[in-house]
Amino acid sequence: MTQKNRIDGGLIDRNIPLNFTFDGKKYSGFHGDTLASALLANGINLVGRSFKYHRPRGIFTSDSSEPNALVELINEDTKEPNSRSTTIQLFDGLTAQSQNCWPSLKYDIQSINDCFAPLLTAGFYYKTFMWPKSFWERVYEPLIRRAAGLGELAPSTDPDHYDRGYRHCDLLIIGGGAAGLMAGLVAGREGLNTILVEEDFLFGGRLLGENEEIDGLQCHDWVANTVKELEAMPHVRLMPKTAVFGVFDQKTYFAIERLSDQINSVGPRQMIWEINTKHIILASGATERHIAFGNNDRPGVMLASAMRDYTNRFAVRTASRVAVFTSNDSGWLTARDLNQKGIEVAAIIDIRKKEEHQEIAKKNTQIPIYSEDQIIKVHGHNRVKAISLLNGAKISVDSIAVSGGWNPSIHLTCQHRQRPIWNEVISGFIANEAELPSGMKVAGAAKGIYATNLVLQDAMNQANAVLSELGHAPTKMMIPSANDDTYRGKTFWSVRETKQRAWVDFQNDVTTKDIRLAVQEGFYSVEHVKRYTTLGMATDQGKTSSVIGIGIIAETMNKSIEETGTTIFRAPYIPVAIGALSGPHSGKNFRPTRETPSHPFAVEQKAQFVESGAWLRSQYFPHANELHWQESVNREVLATRNNVGITDVSTLGKIDVQGTDAAAFLDKVYCNTITTLNMNRCRYGIMLREDGIVMDDGTVAHLAKNHFIVTTTTANAVQVYRHMEFCRQCLWPEMDVALISITEQWAQYAIAGPKSRHLLEKIIDNDHDISNSNFPYMACDEISICNGIRARLFRLSFSGEMAYELAVPARYSDALIRHIHEIGKTFDLTPYGTEALGVMRIEKGHAAGNELNGQTTAGDLGLGKMVSKKKDSIGSILSEREGLVDPMRHILVGVMPCDPQQKISSGSHIFASKSACTPSNDLGYITSVAYSPMSNSYIGLAMIKNGTNHIGGKLRAVNLLQNQDIDIEVTSPHFYDPKGERLRE
Amino acid sequence: MKINHPLLGPRNASEFTILGDAKLLQRPNTPERDQARVFYEYLYLRDNPIGQHQELWFHEQGDRSWLIVSRDTLTHEINNVELASKVIKKGQTQ
Amino acid sequence: MAYSAIKVIKEALTGHRGWKPLWRRPEPKSEYDIIVIGGGGHGLATAYYLASEYKNKKIAVLEKGWLGGGNIGRNTTIFRSNYLLHENEMFYEMSLKLWEQFEQDLNYNAMISQRGVINLFHSDAQRDAYVRRGNSMLINGADAILLNEAKLREKCPFLNYDNARFPIQGGLWQPRGGTIRHDAVAWGYARAADRLGVDIIENCEVTGFDIQNAKCNAVRTSRGTIKAKKFGVAVAGSSSAVMENAGLRLPIESHVLQAFVSEGLKPIIPGVITFGAGHFYISQSDKGGLVFGGDIDGYNSYAQRGNMAVVEDVCEGGMALMPMIGKARLLRMWGGVMDMSMDGSPIIDRTPIKGIYFNGGWCYGGFKATPASGKCFAHLLATDEHHPNASAYLLNRFEKGYMIDEKGMGAQPNLH
Repeated sequence: MTQKNRIDGGLIDRNIPLNFTFDGKKYSGFHGDTLASALLANGINLVGRSFKYHRPRGIFTSDSSEPNALVELINEDTKEPNSRSTTIQLFDGLTAQSQNCWPSLKYDIQSINDCFAPLLTAGFYYKTFMWPKSFWERVYEPLIRRAAGLGELAPSTDPDHYDRGYRHCDLLIIGGGAAGLMAGLVAGREGLNTILVEEDFLFGGRLLGENEEIDGLQCHDWVANTVKELEAMPHVRLMPKTAVFGVFDQKTYFAIERLSDQINSVGPRQMIWEINTKHIILASGATERHIAFGNNDRPGVMLASAMRDYTNRFAVRTASRVAVFTSNDSGWLTARDLNQKGIEVAAIIDIRKKEEHQEIAKKNTQIPIYSEDQIIKVHGHNRVKAISLLNGAKISVDSIAVSGGWNPSIHLTCQHRQRPIWNEVISGFIANEAELPSGMKVAGAAKGIYATNLVLQDAMNQANAVLSELGHAPTKMMIPSANDDTYRGKTFWSVRETKQRAWVDFQNDVTTKDIRLAVQEGFYSVEHVKRYTTLGMATDQGKTSSVIGIGIIAETMNKSIEETGTTIFRAPYIPVAIGALSGPHSGKNFRPTRETPSHPFAVEQKAQFVESGAWLRSQYFPHANELHWQESVNREVLATRNNVGITDVSTLGKIDVQGTDAAAFLDKVYCNTITTLNMNRCRYGIMLREDGIVMDDGTVAHLAKNHFIVTTTTANAVQVYRHMEFCRQCLWPEMDVALISITEQWAQYAIAGPKSRHLLEKIIDNDHDISNSNFPYMACDEISICNGIRARLFRLSFSGEMAYELAVPARYSDALIRHIHEIGKTFDLTPYGTEALGVMRIEKGHAAGNELNGQTTAGDLGLGKMVSKKKDSIGSILSEREGLVDPMRHILVGVMPCDPQQKISSGSHIFASKSACTPSNDLGYITSVAYSPMSNSYIGLAMIKNGTNHIGGKLRAVNLLQNQDIDIEVTSPHFYDPKGERLRE
Repeated sequence: MKINHPLLGPRNASEFTILGDAKLLQRPNTPERDQARVFYEYLYLRDNPIGQHQELWFHEQGDRSWLIVSRDTLTHEINNVELASKVIKKGQTQ
Repeated sequence: MAYSAIKVIKEALTGHRGWKPLWRRPEPKSEYDIIVIGGGGHGLATAYYLASEYKNKKIAVLEKGWLGGGNIGRNTTIFRSNYLLHENEMFYEMSLKLWEQFEQDLNYNAMISQRGVINLFHSDAQRDAYVRRGNSMLINGADAILLNEAKLREKCPFLNYDNARFPIQGGLWQPRGGTIRHDAVAWGYARAADRLGVDIIENCEVTGFDIQNAKCNAVRTSRGTIKAKKFGVAVAGSSSAVMENAGLRLPIESHVLQAFVSEGLKPIIPGVITFGAGHFYISQSDKGGLVFGGDIDGYNSYAQRGNMAVVEDVCEGGMALMPMIGKARLLRMWGGVMDMSMDGSPIIDRTPIKGIYFNGGWCYGGFKATPASGKCFAHLLATDEHHPNASAYLLNRFEKGYMIDEKGMGAQPNLH
């Protein structure tokens, strides 16, 4: 349990020891550690394996850009793959294991791939595995697939919870390092509503790992004081462990907060924040980049700045003997800090000439310096053992701190397809200030300003600019005194003399040779090279590799960096869990569930429910003795046809239409005429889309002067209302008409069957006469029931029986359905569901969803005469197009199997007898099928080419998918009571 | 995306449903010799510009107004939002 | 140069010094027989078939940016032929058969992976519609299998069967469907066309057409005016902008479709799975990334990026369907510009301007259509006759009322 590489100092809390497990072994660390720093403290350097060659890998960075040290976090049978050990805040009981290796991290069989490296270059797959043809599918591809991937996803349901939140502010500061904190101080002291987000669990950014002073304090103490001041400001919200990952339109920023790294955590594990802001200061800092040299991927090679972080912030000795390889002053700072902590620095190898680094060299007098030199090769396998230099020297070291310069973190400046600009002075890409996202300012290292005092100054300037845009005076604060070392370095990408492979993209195993080969094969565009080699497509999204890759392409093609250009930056800035993005919407909570007001009653009646869009509707009401749903449905149909049944039709869309132009308006939206509809009468209506296809059908009830209620199908309620509002507001705003959806305000029941009138008479108040003569088929009225309760009665029939629809305000619904059932006992009232409803409507030949499928015209449905030619209505003109009146269109007909024992299937296609099943012989298809207890046979509705002419003839219903080929008779779609006598009784 | 509703202020676009090109407001209403052709052009042909686009959004989960939104199809910047009914009525009185 | 096992090994042993560029970088000539505008998948395939099957000489492909930089480089790599309407099914099945031959025809491995496509259904009505569709597929010589819930559980045990808002009833499975390494399609066609003498000219943007008496004689480009007898426009995503140069308005809107890739994971998803009660479909790449997507954002856009509402909607669908993917991280997302047509089906046709032919309106079905689109467009350009498998994809079908509307959504492009 000893932490053999733990040294003094650091920002860890030694009073809070934490136990953790890695690859089955127990270790300990301290509060304030990351998993990576704790592993290093315990002397663990081999942490992962690379993707393609399965090369052993160590810890390379100290932040979310880590390409190598990815692990699986484990909790019982759940795990999180590809977790960056460099960002996981150590917690007690953390269990992690290495991934993409077998049987163990140390001895990984697939590392044999490394021996085939000469074959497995960029583009290898495209040129091979083609012979013989059948081998690709049977042999090669399964092999390639088996080797794919990094970590493993547990196949069980993710046990964690996720949530979403919204925040609003005047100023969003992204990044809590020197620049972000300074901008926060300025804005906070001036009272701006400010949000400051930081990806790390500590604020401070680079200042946590550096060894310099601000205002006379150690820089991390200045950070602590600043954070304390900001925390005390009520209008400033600090959000650590939060990363802004996307810049969206109208200054909408999305961030992910990692509330806990524990799996199956208490409360949400992660949250997505939508932050709406007026101004943005991007203070995202810069990340160091490496240099490509021979075997530069060996465990022990680490970014120079990361090594400073581990030394200064985490108090970890990452090595016993270090070589520094650098193109700029950063490497020298690492040498200095290591030296101070008593860690031996064996050599500083600087690619620059002596005079180019003499300024910084003054501060490192004891260390051997190799100017204008380069590491051409690393020795060692699971750990760096030694290095060979260009000049021939071989130096034994166990670690290399590498710095190839810095990349300002400009990702969020470029997510709207902006192109960054190459700046040779800092040897990095910076944002094009003319094309920043609206409201954004960039401060500090994110725009290539590296000296701490200049960073603070710039942050203050940017914050002042925001203040002035918001009408505030500039701050009177003084800039704290700080380090003024400016960046000095030279652009340098790779050691060309290296004979070994030199890694550019560690995780994806892309080497300089791969990039050069891609260029050789004609892939000149950066986008092409990226796609051909997979450069920059690893889990670090190219943070450690892209810019070097661009540099090497430019070198290879003898082009400038500008000419070479970058690939497009896209959200997300860091990978974001799918669970977090879906928030709480999983399982049953995926979408809201709509229940009708009498749903609880249906539950009591043991209804089976079915999803109908968002609604749950009663499908059928099984009795205990019924073994099959068909039995229940047959019973419900027969009971309704012979006696009386009731069903809940509250889900139908109901729209209240009022105004002096209401009828004229409805004439516009329905293809048939409504203005001739008398008061207290209903009419069946069809709405067309403007393209002449049927949009929906329903009824129009003329309830009172200038007052109509129209119904829509359940499925189309939302679209129809939207369409009618479009017609009202956008096409005919001059009309005096108002619309309101009353779908949820009114519950509605269909009461159908020969005894329906008798039943209703027991419910409605006495002063209403609903005798056939006074209240005939298609009558409607406002009535009262149960001693004065307001209700609406429509004599409509979908079942084909004498039937009524009774509507009441939703709050009476539950009481009403219970009352009706009580009264109904004497009439043997039977509740029926959507299945029986469906059977009865097929028996009657009414079109429903399967026929109103957005492809049929009124004519196709046998309703062509309803389209009035005497008026302008939506869709009437275009419904006359050649293709929509073609005699060879599919027309609605009925079909029955010639042998009543046979079951026809919906979805079968129709062919003439003996004709081959080819597309040209295809006559149509069956849309709806039901077993009709009235016909004692399966019956169906079908759309058949020139269908009317086939009525009386015989065809075949062919269902190749389910091996059916059934002779059918084509009939009228009206199977039951074709003259409609029963509904008028 | 945020739409600055003329009555309700900035709202998330997810509260709205978009219909498309605001040319759909100009439904042919005068008897033409070749009405089918005129309606075909009205319904099917689009300018589909790169840049400023006038389009119709319905505040479905809000006040149910139809809005005319002027939006840039390249940058998604929105520079004007108006009530459709108001714009049309203004047009009719002029 | 032809790729062979011997060649691959020889190059490996000799430091890969012998590989040559996949295609030449010729200067544009002043005149060609046929110019294909658009160096994406469809344009390159068209040029390849013009040269290989129709033996046309003097063909050029003009590409405004880098080859394969449009939707061929930005899609979810799926191919399938599971359409409802014969006009579509016969075309996409032709395409699928061409995919099955792709590697042998082009001597280039695009890693075609026929691991199947499953479309789930969640209601009786949806099942009925899939039965109708499955039968259309079989009638057109494609393959289709109806899976009930039990069979589906065997194939995909990880789906959410027991705690679903919209319970899964089964699925329509096309075993021959699958995925392809999409960039390799562009490179494969480019290399094959180049070897047949086609001039592929990158960074050559068409800025106008020289039209006289309703006949086009030349195109103006950023690299000069180039004459030809025929011009085939295959620039889906930019169709309206390019055709505006010829004075034509199209029944097309440009919309953004987002797609997503997760970090690399060990294989877990077999084939392609499409949710029937939400906007979500998914497959897993040869590298292990989950490749998934959903619906278009819904507004006209050329921005090649979308907004978060759709990202969240898609992830919600993913979690509802397969709640194991919560800890997979979304690594990259992108937006492609889709030519959304007015009935959801494409257009391969002549235009009112003699000499200009149009290929577009692919909605989000364009990638899988690449070989058939190329072949049918080449047929039209070479013979002036419509290929029998694409004879319904006419520009005037909207005026005449012969829409090919799979989803029944009507003249609203964002609903297709």
